[in-house]
Amino acid sequence: MDKKEEIELISGVNVLKCMRCGKCSGTCPSYDEMEYHPHQFVYMVETGNIDPLINSESLYRCLSCFACVERCPRGVEPAKVIEAVRLSAIRQKGANHLKAEQVPELIDDDVPQQLLVSAFRKYSK
Amino acid sequence: MQRIGVFVCHCGTNIAATVDVKAVAEELKNEPGVVFTADYQYMCSEAGQNLIQDTIRNERLTGVVVCSCSPRMHEATFRKAAAKAGLNSYMVEVANIREQCSWIHKDKVSGTEKAIILARAAIAKVQLNAPLTPGQTPVTKRALVIGGGIAGIQCALDIADAGYEVDIVEKKSTIGGKMTQIDKTFPTLDCASCILTPKMVEVAQNEKIHIYSYSEVEAVTGFVGNFDVKIRKKARYVDETKCTGCGECTTKCPMKKIPNEFNMGFDNRSAIYIPFAQAVPKVATIDPDHCNMLKNGKCGVCAKICTANAIDYKQQDQIIEEKYGAIVAATGYNHIDVSKYDEFAYNQSKDVVTSLEFERLMNAAGPTGGHLKRPSDGRDPKTIVFVQCVGSREAPPCAKGGKEYCSKICCMYTAKHAILVKDHYPDTNVYVFYIDVRTPGKLFDEFYRRAVEQYGVHYIKGMVGKVAPQGDGTLMVQASDLIANDQLHIKADMVVLAAAIEPDKSARHLATMLTASMDTNDFFTEAHAKLRPVESPTAGVFLAGVAQGPKDIPETVVQAGAAASKVIGLLSKDQLTGNPCVANPDELMCNGCSSCEKVCPYGAITYADKEFRQPDRTVAIRRVAQVNPAVCQGCGACTVACPSGAMDLKGFTNKQIMAEVDAICR
Repeated sequence: MDKKEEIELISGVNVLKCMRCGKCSGTCPSYDEMEYHPHQFVYMVETGNIDPLINSESLYRCLSCFACVERCPRGVEPAKVIEAVRLSAIRQKGANHLKAEQVPELIDDDVPQQLLVSAFRKYSK
Repeated sequence: MQRIGVFVCHCGTNIAATVDVKAVAEELKNEPGVVFTADYQYMCSEAGQNLIQDTIRNERLTGVVVCSCSPRMHEATFRKAAAKAGLNSYMVEVANIREQCSWIHKDKVSGTEKAIILARAAIAKVQLNAPLTPGQTPVTKRALVIGGGIAGIQCALDIADAGYEVDIVEKKSTIGGKMTQIDKTFPTLDCASCILTPKMVEVAQNEKIHIYSYSEVEAVTGFVGNFDVKIRKKARYVDETKCTGCGECTTKCPMKKIPNEFNMGFDNRSAIYIPFAQAVPKVATIDPDHCNMLKNGKCGVCAKICTANAIDYKQQDQIIEEKYGAIVAATGYNHIDVSKYDEFAYNQSKDVVTSLEFERLMNAAGPTGGHLKRPSDGRDPKTIVFVQCVGSREAPPCAKGGKEYCSKICCMYTAKHAILVKDHYPDTNVYVFYIDVRTPGKLFDEFYRRAVEQYGVHYIKGMVGKVAPQGDGTLMVQASDLIANDQLHIKADMVVLAAAIEPDKSARHLATMLTASMDTNDFFTEAHAKLRPVESPTAGVFLAGVAQGPKDIPETVVQAGAAASKVIGLLSKDQLTGNPCVANPDELMCNGCSSCEKVCPYGAITYADKEFRQPDRTVAIRRVAQVNPAVCQGCGACTVACPSGAMDLKGFTNKQIMAEVDAICR
C-alpha cells in the first residue's frame, strides 16, 4: 500500500471530493503556525506529495478543533486527513512525538489535566 | 393469418457493410406469414416508401416489417407511408438493425445472424398486431399560468398575443415576483422596475389576461386539453372592484409596526398595505394577522376613511372553478435561510445581509432611498466583503440547508453589486471571495472583468471561514487567499452573502396536484433535458423560470416565451389526437388492488365500482381499474405492477412481447 492509500484508509476521506474553495484554511485558527495549511494537506495527499507533510511540524500545530470539518461545504473533513498523516508519521518513525519525560517541563499551573490526556492520545499512538 | 411484407434497408453502407442484407431478405422468406421480402438502398427515400406502398397494394399485405434504423428515427415515416396505401399505421413494425446491430458488430457473419433474429422478433410481433385508432379529445382554449413573476408575465403576454385567454394565479397581492425587488439588472445595469412595470401594466390592461392575485391553486383534475382547476381567492378584505389604490388607508392605519416583507424587513408597513407604488393590481390588502379590527373587532379606521367604500371586513375566501386546456408552472424561487451558517454571523449582526437584502439597500425605492447605509447604525460602509456560494455547491447531506447545485445567478449579481457600490461610492473597498467565477452568457464575462479592471474590485480566490462581529461594530472577516497561500483578516463594515436559491415551497404541493414530476431539489423535471426543456412529462403542463432550474432574467424570458409557444401550439388545435398505445385493463381479471393506480406517473388510472354477472346469474359489484386514454402516456408501468396480469398496453401487449422473446430464443 502506498502512502496515499494508507492515509485515505486511515482517515476514511475521499480527497477527490475537495472543490478547492479554501474554506478550511479560511476558518483555521492555527493557520499562521502551520507551514502547510489544511487545504494543502488535502491537495498534497491527492497528488501523492506526502513526504513533506510527514516531515513538517504543521502536523503538530493542528489543534484538532474540527472547525474545517464542520464548515467544509463538500464534507471532505480536512482535520481527519491531518490526523491520518500524523498517525502515519508516528507509525513510520516508530517513535512518539511527545515523550513522557518531556511532559513536566511543558506543564504550568494553567494547563488543564484534560489537555495532557488528549495530548498523549494525540501524539503517542 | 397475416400477409406480411419485409423490407430490408441498406442505409447506404451503414447497414450493408456489416449485414448481408440480401441474405437477410432471403432467409426471412421462410418465416410464417411472410409473403414478400425485398432489400433496398434507402427505405426512407421516396422510392423506398413507394416500394412499400406498391407492395401493400399488390400483395394485399396486412402487416409490414421494415428492417432499418431505430424506430425513433423513421417509424413515423414508414407508418405514414403505410397509411397512405390504406394499411393501418399500427400494423407496421421496425426492426432496428442499425443502432442495435450493424453499428455495434464488426464482422458480417454475426451482424447478419443478429439482423435475422431481430427481424424474426418483429415479424412475430406483427403477427399479433391489431389495427389501432387514436382517440380524439376536444381542447379548452384557455391557459392557466401559475405564478406571476417575470416568467408568468412573459408567458401570459405571449399566449394572449396569439389570441387565447390566459389566467394568472399569483399568491402574493401583486404580480411582479422577485424582479420587483431587484435594483439593477446585469450586464446592462438597466433598472429592473423600469423594464418590468410596463409589462405588469400591459398584463393588467390586456383583455385576454385575467389576474387572480392573492390566490392559490387548490385542486387540479382532468388531463391535457381539459383541466378542471379550483382556485382559492383569499380574502383580502378589500373589494378589488371598488379600491382605487389611493393609499389613504395605508397612511391612516394605526398598526404601523409590521416588518415590510417587500423591503426584506428593513422598514415597516401598516396592517392594510399596498406592497409598492407600481403594484398590479394596485389594490390594498389587509393582513389579518395584524389588523386590530379583524383580530379584536376594534378600530375600523380604514373603512371610515375609504371614500370608495371598498373595505369589507366580512369578506370570505372564494373558490373559483375554471376549465383550462394548458397549465404553465412558473412558481419561482426564494433564497435559502442562511441563519444556520453560524460562521457567517448572519444572526449576530445586522450588517451581515443576503444579496436580496442588499438589493433593497441599494434600491432608490428601497428603505434608504438608494443610499447605502449599514443597517445597524446607518453609517456609510467603507469596506464591504461579498461571499459567494453560501449554501450552493455543497456535498450531501447539506445539513445546514445548502444545495448541491450551482445557483447560477450569484456570480453575476455579485459582480453587479460590486460595480454599483464602486460606481456610487468609489472610495469603498470591495472584496469578493469566490471559488470559481462562472459567467457564461452574452457580455457576462466582460461585465465581471470590468468590475476587476475598471472598478478595482478585489476578487480573491478563496472562501470566508468566519465572520466575527467586533466590539466597535465592525466585522472581522477571516478568509483564505488560495493564490497567495495566505490567511486574510479583513476589518469590514458589511458582509453580503450570496445565498443559494431554491424552488418556492409551494412547488411540491403543486407538482403533486399536477402529477408533474420533480427532481430531488424540488425543481420541476422537463420531458427531455435537451429536446423538450419547457414541457413537463405530464401532457399539457409546461414549465417556465426558476421553477424548472436556476436561471437569470434573460433565460427566464426565453423559457417563458418557449413555454407560451408550446401552449399556443396546443390551444390552436380543436381536437387532440391521442396515442392509441395506452393501457387497457381486463376488467374480468382485475382484482381491484390499486397497484397500477399507485405507480401511474400521470394520474391516468382511477377505480370504479362496476356490476358483473356471476356464473350463478347473480350480479356482483367489483372495484376495477379504469384508464383515461387521453391522460395515459403508454409508459407501461402499470402492466408491470399488475399482479393479476389484467393490465395490458395496446400495441405492446404481454402476448406480443412474449412472442418477440420466443422468436429471439427460437
